[in-house]
Amino acid sequence: MSEAASLLVLCGAVIAFGGSLGLVRLKTFFERVHPATMATTLGAALILGGSMLQLGSLHELLIGAFITATTPISYILLVAAARRRRAP
Amino acid sequence: MMIIAAQILLGLALLACTWRAWRGPAAEDRVLALDTLYVNAMLLVVTFGIRNSTSLFFEAALVMGLLGFVTTAALAKFLLRGEVIE
Repeated sequence: MSEAASLLVLCGAVIAFGGSLGLVRLKTFFERVHPATMATTLGAALILGGSMLQLGSLHELLIGAFITATTPISYILLVAAARRRRAP
Repeated sequence: MMIIAAQILLGLALLACTWRAWRGPAAEDRVLALDTLYVNAMLLVVTFGIRNSTSLFFEAALVMGLLGFVTTAALAKFLLRGEVIE
């Protein structure tokens, strides 16, 4: 186990945990969207980078590209739904 | 050792997402927590693949990411319009 790979994975896990903790701690829905995006983009990128470094494969780029491309789409849809449902 | 710490942190993140999905005041909160839960579980599967030094877990993680996006998009579309396919 190389040290750099485990350090990357640990940093990614800390960021993912921070994002999920923000999901618990913040007050309104529109505030809670922000830490969730942090957890699902930066945390996933760091952990997948550690996996690429450890296993020496490029497969994880597929997951990373998919997550990076689809997270904004789903969150934009969610925020649009929340705005529609809260409109007077 | 650091991988085990990362796995413990990811498990705590799963617990936090579960709490928000349980207690979320609105339906959007539950969907958001479910999406974050999916991504955290996918990252946990990736760390298991790192620990075992095998790329067997990669396909499972890929399927989980794909299903998470489809679930979140369908639920958000339902909340937006009241039906998924129109």
